[in-house]
Amino acid sequence: MMRDSPQAAAGGAGAFDGGTTDRALGDVLLRVENISLRFGGVHALTDIGFEVREHEVLAIIGPNGAGKSSMLNVINGVYHPQQGTITFRGKARRHMSTHDAAAAGIARTFQNIALFKGMTVLDNIMTGRNLRMRAGLLAQALYFGPARREELEHRAFVEQIIDFLEIQAYRRTPVGRLPYGLQKRVDLGRALAMEPKLLLLDEPMAGMNLEEKADMCRFVLDVNEQFGTTIVLIEHDMSVVMEISDRVVVLDYGRKIADGAPDAVRSDPAVIAAYLGIVH
Amino acid sequence: MVQFFFEVLIGGLLSGVMYSLVALGFVLIYKASGVFNFAQGSLVFFAALTFVGLLEHHVPFGLALLIMLGVMVVVALLIERLVLRPLVNQPPISLFMATIGLSFLIEGVAQILWGANVRGLDLGLQDEPIQAISDATGMNVSKFDLTAAGIAAVLVIVVALFFNRTRVGRALRAVADDHQAALAVGIPLQHIWAIVWSVAGFVALVTGLLWGARNGVQFALTFVALKALPVLILGGFESVPGAIVGGLIIGASEKLAEVFLGPYVGGGIEGWFPYVLALLFLLVRPEGLFGEKIIRRV
Amino acid sequence: MLYREVGQFRTSYEADSGIFPIRQDRIAMLAVLAVAFVILPLVASPYLFSAILIPFLILSLAAIGLNILTGYAGQLSLGAAAFMAVGAFASYNFVLRVPGIPVLAAFVGGGLMAALVGIVFGLPSLRIRGFYLAVATLAAQFFILWALTKIGWFTNYNSSGVITAQPIVIFGFHFDTPRSKYLVVLAIVSVMALAAKNMARGNIGRQWMAVRDMDIAAEVIGIRPMRAKLYAFAVSSFYCGVAGALFAYSYLGTVEPEAYSLDLSFRILFMIIIGGMGTVLGGFLGSAFIVILPIVLSVTVQALDRTLHLSIPTSVASNLEIMVFGALIIFFLVVEPHGLARIWQISKEKLRLWPFPH
Repeated sequence: MMRDSPQAAAGGAGAFDGGTTDRALGDVLLRVENISLRFGGVHALTDIGFEVREHEVLAIIGPNGAGKSSMLNVINGVYHPQQGTITFRGKARRHMSTHDAAAAGIARTFQNIALFKGMTVLDNIMTGRNLRMRAGLLAQALYFGPARREELEHRAFVEQIIDFLEIQAYRRTPVGRLPYGLQKRVDLGRALAMEPKLLLLDEPMAGMNLEEKADMCRFVLDVNEQFGTTIVLIEHDMSVVMEISDRVVVLDYGRKIADGAPDAVRSDPAVIAAYLGIVH
Repeated sequence: MVQFFFEVLIGGLLSGVMYSLVALGFVLIYKASGVFNFAQGSLVFFAALTFVGLLEHHVPFGLALLIMLGVMVVVALLIERLVLRPLVNQPPISLFMATIGLSFLIEGVAQILWGANVRGLDLGLQDEPIQAISDATGMNVSKFDLTAAGIAAVLVIVVALFFNRTRVGRALRAVADDHQAALAVGIPLQHIWAIVWSVAGFVALVTGLLWGARNGVQFALTFVALKALPVLILGGFESVPGAIVGGLIIGASEKLAEVFLGPYVGGGIEGWFPYVLALLFLLVRPEGLFGEKIIRRV
Repeated sequence: MLYREVGQFRTSYEADSGIFPIRQDRIAMLAVLAVAFVILPLVASPYLFSAILIPFLILSLAAIGLNILTGYAGQLSLGAAAFMAVGAFASYNFVLRVPGIPVLAAFVGGGLMAALVGIVFGLPSLRIRGFYLAVATLAAQFFILWALTKIGWFTNYNSSGVITAQPIVIFGFHFDTPRSKYLVVLAIVSVMALAAKNMARGNIGRQWMAVRDMDIAAEVIGIRPMRAKLYAFAVSSFYCGVAGALFAYSYLGTVEPEAYSLDLSFRILFMIIIGGMGTVLGGFLGSAFIVILPIVLSVTVQALDRTLHLSIPTSVASNLEIMVFGALIIFFLVVEPHGLARIWQISKEKLRLWPFPH
């Protein structure tokens, strides 16, 4: 599945009907500068800086413990860095709360699938619509007027996501009962329900077999191409990284050691050294 | 006036020692199995009641004590087998609720076996002021309270040593941290739990005897378990020194509040003061005095 | 054969979103409502109303309230009875001090007061979680009961401490017989149960469950756990408050703090554990269980007494009740932690296949 091949852009109806978005990269959507993060004596991130342009797919790679997940957590406000600035959509700040990040249009999936185990697939994805639901408590209790309309509207939208991810048969299944690969899809669905401008994917292919990975790659690419969502993903599988990303940032021991096109990074000696574990 | 203050303070501290004992039982079990054992209070009640029952049947004091030890171990084993083992995979909240059920079960059994009357328990210690101290300072410090405090102190030290210096103690701490990992290194989980609950049962026995001798053996003893909660909040759920310090603070503050603040608001504030104190404390320091801040990984 | 979805196609999301999508369920529900509203008032004895049906309904309401807080939102509470007490005393004071207020409005007022108190005692939940929160609710339980006993204004400076609840008069009709009280309680509980079901299925219900299951992930989606928790405390306390008012006005006939002791809080917690946490049906099932069990036990004990001539003292019977409760809690948590509601659900699923095995 090469990056440049023509994609059948058969979009769904309604809000997901993006057609083929112009794949030309837009302006800088996210810029992080001089980010440093410490936990007590542990330096998780030291002086990290990079940019992500709109519609781009950026991969963050690096050996275990390099600080990749921490970096994502900083971007969406779960961790607050001691130093540095995050500029998202033109607004610069030291850090944001997770709520503000979500409201600003940043969504993410989790390495360990942080799904709500007590709820069905449908309900899990519906939680992603939370920020857009306005009806008050009383209206919801009476299932009256605005609450009812809203619930059905968002249900229709979520069903499009379910179609897109091909999980129709599981919509009423409690997520705890699903196999790992499907849970990851639901995690993605919940993030997509937020209609994010920036989607952070934390090892979306981890633990998947070849077929599942191919499916997930397809979904990620479709999300980027059909809806124009900017994607930052952490991934270990090099073939996936090479296939689907526009640019790659490499972290090692909390520092950035490379930043560029996939081919350039692949042959960068510093990167090779980091992965082979050569003492430096 | 100052003298009166100190009298109340010391009385409070000494009754606080009692709370510490109860809290100690909680801490033991929580440290080793991660379970908050709501049934500790009813174990105290059961231990005291059964002991008194034995005495009433003319069993000699020493023999009764030995029998009780055995009984508490058996109870511990039964609890481990019938309640803990089946629930090993459930979230902590389920285990907590199971111990609530357990506390009701134990209370019911105790009262069916021995009836619901209040009983006195004579341990040979009198609740009278110590002559030497009242001569020297004019304050009344109860002989009973002081001895109880001494016994409690000894018990706490023994338990602390057990946890920190012995192999079994180390295994207990491993189990408290991570059940799966402990199993992976070959620690026999069930044996460890049985040991812990037996030790907690022994602590419950001592606590029951002391409390029962002081206040009479009655159903209200189970409410003592609830009082241990503020103690645990102040001291942290996993800290033995914390249980002591927490107990002393709660005991002292409760008595002082009742005596000095109580008259202004109609009295009876002992019932809620420790809880509100704990609550306010939690707002400032959610992990307790000696607790550890937990950093949650996503 | 009877319980089948074959042929029932739902052609819109609206149809799929109903509470009872399967036609047989709808019929069953209508039958239950018919029995409750029409048949029982015609045939049931006053004893059945006063001793069983009315407390069953009132405690179901309280159980639904606690379930909202503990079952859906995951905030353990040991203080449900205290909020019931607030509702009862607030309703009493509204009727006493606001001349001509309709008693239903007083009940709502009682509920709202309870909701306010619930929010106050729920504020600690923003910093505290799990067992620590249980202690905060214990603080509520003990403090509220103390305040209601000591502060004379609440009891209208009544020296005996026992106040008679005012009669229930709605639109000029006096609801003073067991049957009429039953109907009032039934109407109120039905409406509120429906409202609870709607909330649970809606956005706020999903927020609660998200906060319960994984609050960090909930934050990342944009849910504010703080607001969700406070809403849970408020709604839960409202339900308990109304239940408390009904408890005083339709069941006890008096407004007294002792009725709302820690023991009642535990009972309600047991109801939701046995009935099924995180379900509305669980509130009803658990309440039925807890209301009927003592009667079954005492009948059994009496029967044993008579047939075997065992002369069991009454204290044993009441302790037996405590023991059985305790044992049942453990049993349910081990065997079916999701309670009777889950057993019901599994039975329905098996029934869908019947008479085929799979």
